[in-house]
Formats: sequence, C-alpha cells, structure tokens
Amino acid sequence: MSATARDLVPPESRAPSGAPAKQVRSGKVRRLSKRDKAVLSLMVGIPTLIQLVFIWLPTVMSVGLSFTRWNGLALGDIRPAGADNYQYISQDYPPFWPAIQHNMLWLAFLALVATPLGLLLAVLLDQQIRGSRIYQSIFFTPVMLSLALIGIIWQLFYQRDNGLLNFLLGTSGTQQAVDWFGDSSINIWAAMIAATWRHAGYVMLLYLAGLKGVDPSLKEAAAIDGANAAQTFFRVVFPAMRPINIVIVVITIIESLRAFDVVYVINRGTNGLELLSALVIQNLVGEGQVIGVGSALAVVLLVISLVPIVFYVSRTFGKEKRS
Amino acid sequence: MAAHPEASTSAGPVRRTFLKTIGVSAAGLAGVPLVAACTGGSGPSAGGSESSGLSFGSGSSDEVPKKAYQAVTDAFTQKTGKTVRTNVVPHNDFQNKINSYLQGSPDDAFTWFAGYRMQFYASKGLLAPADDVWAKIGGNFSDALKKASTGPDGKMYFVPNYNYPWGFFYRKSVWADKGYEVPETFDALKALAARMKADGIIPIGFADKDGWPAMGTFDYINMRLNGYQFHVDLCAHKESWDQKKVTDVFDTWSALLPFQDPAALGQTWQDAARALAAKKTGMYLLGSFVTQQFTDPAVLKDIDFFAFPEIATEGRDAVEAPIDGLLLSTKGGGNAAAHQFMEFIGTPEGQDAYASVDASNIVTAKGADTSKFTPLNKKCADTIAQAKSISQFFDRDALPAMANNVMIPALQTFLKNGKMDVKNLEAQAKSLYAAQ
Repeated sequence: MSATARDLVPPESRAPSGAPAKQVRSGKVRRLSKRDKAVLSLMVGIPTLIQLVFIWLPTVMSVGLSFTRWNGLALGDIRPAGADNYQYISQDYPPFWPAIQHNMLWLAFLALVATPLGLLLAVLLDQQIRGSRIYQSIFFTPVMLSLALIGIIWQLFYQRDNGLLNFLLGTSGTQQAVDWFGDSSINIWAAMIAATWRHAGYVMLLYLAGLKGVDPSLKEAAAIDGANAAQTFFRVVFPAMRPINIVIVVITIIESLRAFDVVYVINRGTNGLELLSALVIQNLVGEGQVIGVGSALAVVLLVISLVPIVFYVSRTFGKEKRS
Repeated sequence: MAAHPEASTSAGPVRRTFLKTIGVSAAGLAGVPLVAACTGGSGPSAGGSESSGLSFGSGSSDEVPKKAYQAVTDAFTQKTGKTVRTNVVPHNDFQNKINSYLQGSPDDAFTWFAGYRMQFYASKGLLAPADDVWAKIGGNFSDALKKASTGPDGKMYFVPNYNYPWGFFYRKSVWADKGYEVPETFDALKALAARMKADGIIPIGFADKDGWPAMGTFDYINMRLNGYQFHVDLCAHKESWDQKKVTDVFDTWSALLPFQDPAALGQTWQDAARALAAKKTGMYLLGSFVTQQFTDPAVLKDIDFFAFPEIATEGRDAVEAPIDGLLLSTKGGGNAAAHQFMEFIGTPEGQDAYASVDASNIVTAKGADTSKFTPLNKKCADTIAQAKSISQFFDRDALPAMANNVMIPALQTFLKNGKMDVKNLEAQAKSLYAAQ
C-alpha cells in the first residue's frame, strides 16, 4: 500500500535520484558499449517481464475468459460464450446492481467524510503540538493492521449481544439491540465507518508530508497581507499542495473500488454488503468458481478503474509536456 | 486488478526507442515459458509412488478433528509400519483451492465429501478409483453409504469415515419444564412454535450470517414436501426451479419465518448454539456438530434431538446426513500404501481411532465401537440407520457455484422479506450449470 502511494507521487515532486550525469558533452550521441547494453537490457527487461507476466497477461486473459464458459479444470473445457456472461451479470445476477450502488456510496463516503477527516487530522497534527508523533502513529496504525485483526477489532465494537456500541447505547442483550452486521440497511454504514478508520490515517500521512513541503514563506506572505488562518489554508496552502491533492483524489477513488477487506471479514460481501471486488472473489476464487462470470465482473471493475487511472496519467504526463 | 498506474521516468528519444526494442524482445521471451506452462501443467506428476509411506492432505484443521486424524495415522503406522506425512490445511482454504490442488501436486489421499462434489472431480478424471479397497471393506457399509461412495462411472471412489445427521436440537430441561412435546407433523411444529413464542422464548434458533445454514431448512422442507428424488434432481438441475413444487417449499417455509430468530443474518451458527444453551431459543435445526459448542458437560447432557417433522410425502424417510471421508488422488492411485490407508479408514479399527478423539460424529463402519456412545450419539446413529435415503446437504449435492453464489444471497433475501424469485433462480441455474 505504501508502495502504491510512493509510486503515485508525480515524478517532479520526488527527490532527484542519481542526477542526470554529464550527458551533454559535445552534442553527439555516444554509442553505448556492450556492457552498457547488457546492464540496461537487464534493468529494463526484468521489470518489463514482471509487469507483463503479473499485470498485463492476467488482464488480457481475464478479458478473454470473460467471453467463455470454463469450469477451471482442463484447458480443453473452455468454450466460447459470446457476451452471455455480461448478460448474466447485468440481468440475472441479483447482487450485481446493489454492488455497483454500494461502490458508488463507498466512493461518496470516502470522498466526503474519510478524506476530509484525514486532511483535518493532518492539519491539526501539523501544528506544533506536543506528542504529534505519537498521535500520528496512532492514527496510522489501522493502515498497517492485517485483515484478521481488523475483523476482530470491529467485531468487538459491533457485536449484537456483547459489543461495545450496543453496550453504550444501553440496548445490549435486549430485543432492541442494533444488529450492526446483520441488518442490511445498517451494515454498509458500519462497514464504511470501519473503512474510514483506515483511510483517514492513510490520507493524513500523505497530507502531513504535503504540508511539510509547503514553503513557510507563502504562509508568512499571506499573514502579512492580512489573511486569517482559514483563508491562508484554503487560498494559499491547499492550492500549493496540488500534486498531493491529485494523488489523494486518485487514491480515494481506487480505495473505494478496491474496498474489500472490511466487508469480507464481516460476511464475505453478502446481505447488504455486496461490492464489486467481493463478487469478483466470490466468483473467481473458491468453490463457487465460475470463471466466465467472475472474469466478466473483473473486467467491469477494470473498466471503471481505468477512468481514474487515465485521468491521473494524463494529468501527470500532460503537465510534463507543457513544462 | 491493474490498480497500479505505471510510474515511469521521462527518457530521451534515443533511449526510448532502445527501451522499446528491449521491451518487445522481453515480451517475446516472456511468451515462451508461458505457453509451456499452459500446455504442460495439468498432468499429474508421476513417480510419486513410494510404498514405504504416503502423503495425506487433511482439511480437518479444527483442534479436535485434527487430533482425531492424528490418532488415525498413528494407529495406521503402528499397524502397518508405513509412514504418513500429513499436510493440514485450514478447511476453508482446502475447499476453496481444491481445483488447483487436484491439478497441481495433490497428496496421495485426502479428506473430502460424498455427493456431487466428489462425483464432479471423479468425472473429470482427477481421482483414482478405490474398487480394490471396497472389495475388502464393502461388507462394513450399508447400501446407502455404498451408493453415496460411487462415482458417476459406477466405480467406487470414496471411503466414508463419519457422518452426522441434521435435526432439531433442544434442551430437555426446558421442554420438560414447560411441557412441550416433540412435534410429529409440521402443523404440530407450528403450534409448538406459537406456544413457545407466547412463553417469551424465540421458538426456532437460526443463524445465517455465513449463508449456508439456511440450506438445511430448505432441504428438509423440500424433501418432506416433494421427496428425496426431487431433491437430488433439483440439485443436479434435472428439475426446473421455476415450478410450483419449488414455490410450495418457500410458501411452507414462510409459515415458520415469524418463529425464527430475527437476528439470524447477524449471527453465526456458534452464536445460535450459545443461544440454545442459554435457553433463549427453544430449538435449533443444525447438524449434530452443534454439540461441539456445548463445552459445559451439564448442558451437553441436557441436549436432545428430533428429526424434522413430516409434511406431505415419504414421512420422515429422508435424513440429511453429510458424509465425510477420504479420496485417492490420481497420484495416490499408484501408491500401494495409500490404498492400504483408505482400507484402514474403512475398518472399524480405523474409525474407532478417529472416534476416540472426536466423538461429535457418528462412525459409519459396521462393527465400530458404539459402546462409548452417549444417548444422543445413539439417537443420531439410529436416525441415520433407519433412514431410507441420505441426502448430503444442498451445498454438497448441488453445483458449488449454485449453492454459494446463488442460493446464499437468495435465501438471505428470503429470510429478510419472505419473497423468492424462482424465475431468477432458474435463469441463474441455467447459466451456471451450462458452464460446467
């Protein structure tokens, strides 16, 4: 996850690594020696190979398999199916449309609640308050926790009979106890709050780094011009963090599409917690494997994911060309 | 999926073309091993037949069953001098990865279930027949068990170890207190449930957070209404879902919905078992493995069981009693020690070794030691012995995709609003069974 974040930081905001050494000497392009070629081909070939084998090949295969019927055993059992799988998921598969809706809701919630919360935490912790490091660690901890631990922690909060929330509400053990996981009109909110708990910490860390990178003289200049704290932040500091903001937008969208772990530990993404990612897993991995249908779902998810990715890539590289 | 946008640094034009050539050649290179992997990967790895011992894959990862299989392998080694290497895999993983497991390098013998889930892999040639084993142990098993162990080609594949009946479990003391009587018919069950509700108890414990437990109620109502054969045919999709017989099942069930635990969708069967132990619910329909949850011996002694009441046809002839046992992989088919191990689990001696540790299940071999049976075990065993037909539970009798991807959400929706769209069930079934 942290690797993703680092990769997403636009190149220009990264520290220059291994400065472009004295290349320009006489204007002539020097030919590469054999050794250079060997080293270069290794350095480029291996990552390309990894990329091909682990990302592009499975992607292409998923797209291909989404137009077939296959039981997952012998290759000879693969049979063409046309667009049947897509027809199946859109017309006959009841969890599909709820899943799309839940993913949208998830995105809205992360964008309107979780991300601003992370920003708020970052701004607060960026003040020179005592113990800032400790707070940072505390808020970031959820990002590092494993799936199983998250499940246990939220179980403690949400359990119907002896969970903390029902205890605080005074309904524990009574008929009125709120069934946080089982009631399909509530459980998506419970899951999104659990997701916020992780996402806010992640966003906070990125913004903290962003805030540290803002030139303090900008703030001073704003103060001299008579701007108050809110004006300084929204008119000066926030726009100055543009590269980080783009990263955060992309991360928020991607996180809402990848959202999976929390609903999976609750009930494997059924009964009001349908999400595209959970449906993909349900159909592709495990005994209920229907490779054609699972692949079709994965392709739908891929196409949706491409939107923010294309947006990000075009923003980043478009700017590079201009400069 | 491809959630990682490419992070590449800018490069001069010369370097870029250079990279392109390398990229293309890399792609070419990448293709070679992949094609090889695609064509050559699915054959069983030969030469794994060591007759000095065998490898045994076990999905029985819970504490008690794990120790029980340990006892079996120990007894086997002691008897024959052959070593057993046991690979225990958490049971959910084991079931989820069975496809790749059988096609990769499976163990010689492994734990699995009877029913469609065994027959499917047998028909795909991923299992080795155990006819030679059955020639020796055949006399130990009833016809119903033998039928359940047969593959679609008529050969024997499966060796049963134990099974467990599904039925209503209840606390004797509560029922004696309130004067409740075991209902023989569905109407009596409804009347009893109404009485319990009036007494302030949740009549029928229910848990369906995991999705599968509700299938037990569906199976029983279906078999009591339409008979055992209809259950089998429906599971194999030889009968359509879109017919009156199926809607009748849900109509009948909806009479029970008001008496089921309203918190069903938020709890697991373990939670529901605890509610029964705490006398919050009056009865609970589950497999006899429910008794594993009653760790207090006083509670365990107080537990009794009755078969699902009769509704329309065949009385109470059919019982839902999933069978767990062993299979041989194609690799294990060539290993004499693996055949010997299969034989051992099919003898009273081998099953006693298992039951000495895990007493919550019912041994299947005739002549196995039943002297240590509790009265409850005995009742369970009698129920199975008297049954004319034994079903394997919906998710073992039907296509796994139908059970997991279609029935789980459909039944959860039914529990919520009492509605079932059988047309949609049929549409989904058609598409999924066609993909096999």
